[in-house]
Formats: sequence, structure tokens, C-alpha cells
Amino acid sequence: MSARRHPLLIPALIASALLAALASLALGAVPLSPARILAVLGGGGDDVARAILLDLRLPRMLLGLIVGAMLGLAGAALQGYLRNPLAEPSVLGASNCAALGAVGALYFGLAQAHPLALPALAIMTGLIGIGALFLLAGPAESPLTLILAGIAIATLAGAGISLSLNLSPNPFAAMEIMSWLMGSLENRAYGHVWIALPCVAMGAALLLGDGRTLDALTLGEDGAQALGIDLRWARIRLMLGVAIGVGGAVAVSGAIGFVGLIVPHLVRPLTDRSPSAILLPSMLGGAVLLTLADIGVRLIPTSSELKLGVLTALLGVPVFLMHLMRERRLW
Amino acid sequence: MVTIRAQGLSVRLGRHPAVNDADLLLEPGELVGIIGPNGAGKSTLIRALLGLVGRSGGTVLIDGDDSARLSRREIARRIAYLPQGQTLHWPLAVERLVALGRLPHLGPLSRLSAQDEAHVDAALTRADVLHLKGRVATELSGGERARVLLARALAVGAPALIADEPLAALDPGHQIDVMDLLRAEARAGSLVVAVLHDLSMAARYCDRLVLMERGSPVADGAPLDVLTEGNLARVYGISARIETNGDWPLVLPTGRTRS
Repeated sequence: MSARRHPLLIPALIASALLAALASLALGAVPLSPARILAVLGGGGDDVARAILLDLRLPRMLLGLIVGAMLGLAGAALQGYLRNPLAEPSVLGASNCAALGAVGALYFGLAQAHPLALPALAIMTGLIGIGALFLLAGPAESPLTLILAGIAIATLAGAGISLSLNLSPNPFAAMEIMSWLMGSLENRAYGHVWIALPCVAMGAALLLGDGRTLDALTLGEDGAQALGIDLRWARIRLMLGVAIGVGGAVAVSGAIGFVGLIVPHLVRPLTDRSPSAILLPSMLGGAVLLTLADIGVRLIPTSSELKLGVLTALLGVPVFLMHLMRERRLW
Repeated sequence: MVTIRAQGLSVRLGRHPAVNDADLLLEPGELVGIIGPNGAGKSTLIRALLGLVGRSGGTVLIDGDDSARLSRREIARRIAYLPQGQTLHWPLAVERLVALGRLPHLGPLSRLSAQDEAHVDAALTRADVLHLKGRVATELSGGERARVLLARALAVGAPALIADEPLAALDPGHQIDVMDLLRAEARAGSLVVAVLHDLSMAARYCDRLVLMERGSPVADGAPLDVLTEGNLARVYGISARIETNGDWPLVLPTGRTRS
């Protein structure tokens, strides 16, 4: 087992993110020849290719990177803070809560009233969700308490989403429910990018700055405080970082699950395993994974496009179960 | 050099008074043993000295400064703490774990300096775990892990060290090593406070013992003045033979006087 960060980890992740981004532009339902793509990237190209690339695929690619980065980072930060490799925004209910807020803003007309209402409500409900989780799970370090509290919150918020869509006059409610619960990047535009990007930047800044605190928590709460960490403020920064970042991400994509679980799990063996060392790699890895998954749902030949969250869940549940089996002896 | 003074210190855990009106003066250069039966409030007392548990009354002065006005970081630089039976939540390498002790000295985004590295290596050497440097801390034996955690506390380089049951999980040889080490720290001018259950070890190594009963220090002084048959019978409910074997007192519990 190597005890240090693999020297090529960060460069490799950045390179993968760039490749995934290019692939996301190049691949899709309508085949475009490399020559047409290059022409558009060079500033020219025909109108159809320009429309597909710049208006459809580019915002979608950007959102894949932004949302994936936030989900990966939030998973890594929550795992470090809660000292639990099962922690993750969707497992803990934060994603569903944020999605509930977004749905509320959309279907009760608030989003039309003011463009900031959608992300603001998603952030607020995300904050309520994660605050409720911390209250329910308390200082308990048992993974069971935490997961049960997360399931309760996620289920309640999921029921809220279904209820508000059922009550709405929208005839496509069932499809919409699926979109918010499973997440999707279909038909996104630049407006969505401008909602997600500032929120994710702010959330990421709050979470990336707290690596030291997460490292100190390896020694438990007393150990960390005796090393000079003020946990009250650390908790507030973490809750705000997750709520703002995940809230902004979920407001445009719905609740995409398991990215924050899979990615830290994959990058941890390539680091010194300290919570701070996985923050940046998880952020980059999340961007890569979600972009690849989004290419996947476009390419898998199904009658209607697969929801992004279906694919991430298929990848994530085995990782989740593996950790659960490993931790079972601790209960 | 750090002096810790508690005046009328009281702590409640829930409704239960865990520490009651405790007065204590801890001075540099001393190895002070805190002894007393389970539930006497030893751990709560030292956690209150560190400000890790809220107090319901009294003051703690660290070098004359009210600890409530000091930031966590300032307290962390003055007093290193080794908690009881610490669990490690991630499988860190020993070197990385011990380096956590440098956190109170690091700026927000700075890396370990050469000086920090030197502190870490010195701590590893003093705790006799330098050879374990590259191992994973969660894969060590109980005794090795206890010494690595002690090295983590030493790496802080604080003028005071408070250790909660540093001898738990150690074999007799390593118990002697750890007590030798704690005494050497005290001789070098540090204040060292250790919660101890082994009364003979406490008597042999400590300059001073504080005997706790139901949240209050009931005896405080030189080991042989504190470890009397009367005190042991009253506080621990045991009868004991106390022998002075050459230079060291030996405390041998022989039976229960009450249950």
C-alpha cells in the first residue's frame, strides 16, 4: 500500500477531464464528422453543426463537469467530516432535499418570478436537509445511525417531490418526477450553467479550504479540538459548502446519486488516504465520471434517453454495498 | 512553561455533576498523576482543563489567561492532549498521523516546514516508533499504536502534555518506557499530567498525585502521602498493602472493603 499521493494523479485526472469534455462534444445522438466539429471549434462550420455543438452539447458538457465536480467534492468532504466512507450527498438526503426546493420553485411559479429563486430555494432546502441529518445522527460515529437518518430524509424529500408534481397541472408530471429524482442533463442551456457555476464555485471554495480540519478529525472530535480546530465553525462551513454547492448543482440536474460515493472510493488508494488528500482528486474525478456517464446515457441505444442517475446508481450501489458489508462488523 | 490553575471548576454531564468545585494548581516541571476509581471524574477534569467540555462553574487559567478567552489554537499550542483509547478513522501512515501534531502551528495552506519535520522525527524517536514510520497506523498492534499516538501528542511540541490513560493496552516493558518518557518530559521543564490506574506506576514515577473522588480532588500531594491505607479504603473501597521497596512504593490491592 503506497502511503503517498501518486505523483501523476492530479495531471492524469485533469487530462481525463479534458478528454471526457472533448468526447462529450464529439459524441451524441446525431453523428457529426470530426471535420464539421473542428470547423465549429475553429469559429466557422455549418449552422446545424454550430447549433448542435454550441447550443446543445457545450452547455451539457459544461454542466456535466460542474455538477460532477461538486458531487465528487461534496462526497469527499462529507466522508472526511463524518469519518464514514458511506457518506455522500444523495445517500444522506441532501440532494433530494435540494431537488425538492428546486421543484417547489419551478412548479409554484417562484422561478419565473425571480431567476435566483430556483437556486436559492434549492440551497435552502439542502441546508435544512443536512442540518436535520446532523441533528438526527448527532455526534454518533455509527454508520448505521447516519445511513438511517439519511434514508429517512431522502425518502421524505422524495415524497415531497412526488407530491408537488402530482398536484401540479403539468401533464408530464410522471416524467418530471423521474427527472428530479434520478437526475438528468438533457436539454440544458447556458442559463443552467449560470445557475450552477457560481454556486459550485462558492461551495467548492468553502469545502476545499477545510482539508486540515478533516485531517484532524481522523483523531475524533476531541482530538481535533485539542489540535486547535474550532468544530462549530468547521461544521457551519461544511454545511454551507455542501448546501450551496450541491444545491446549485441539483437545481440544474436533479438528484444524481452515488457520484460522491464512487469517486472518493476510487481515488483514495492513490493518495495517502488522509481526508484532505482526496478533496481535489475527488472533485476532478467527479467531473470526469459524470461527463463519461452522461456520454453513456446518450450512446446507450434506448427508446427514450436513460436518466443519468440510473447509470450512476448502477455503478454506485455495488461500491455502497461493499462498504456496508465491510462495516457491518462494527455495528 | 505552562501553569494551569483551576478554581472552583465544576462540570455537569447532562444532569450528572461530573466535576465538583475542583481547585488545582499544575506547575511546570511536574509529572502529576491523576488517580481515582472509575467514574470519579478524572477524564472530565482534564477535558475541562483543555476546554473540551463546557464548565458549569469556576475558571481555568492557563498561564494566567482565562481559557474561555483563548482560541482553540492558542490552547492547542500550549497544551498537547492524548485522549483515552483513541480510535483512528482513516488508515493513515504513521508519519502522516504523527504530523497531525503540527496542525496548531501551521498556517491555513502552508506545508510542513523542515522544522516541523524535525519535530515529527524527534517525536517518533522519543516514543521509540521511528522504525514504524512507513507503516499504516490502523494495522499496528495495540502497544505500537498507543506509542504512535503518544508520538502524535509529543509532535505538538507544547510545553504541557495531558495524557488520559497512556498505559492502557501496553505491556509492562512499554509501560515503563512510557512512564520514563513522561518523566523525562517533566524533567526537561514540561508540565505533564497523566490519568493513571496502576497505582504502583503512579507512585513510582509521579512527583505528585491527585486523588479524585466523586468529581473532587480529595487528596493532593507526594505519592506516599496520598496513597495511604485510609485513602485507598475510603475512595477505592479496597484494602491494600503499601510497601516501600527500596526507593519505590509498591501498592498491592489485597481485597475489597466495600462493594
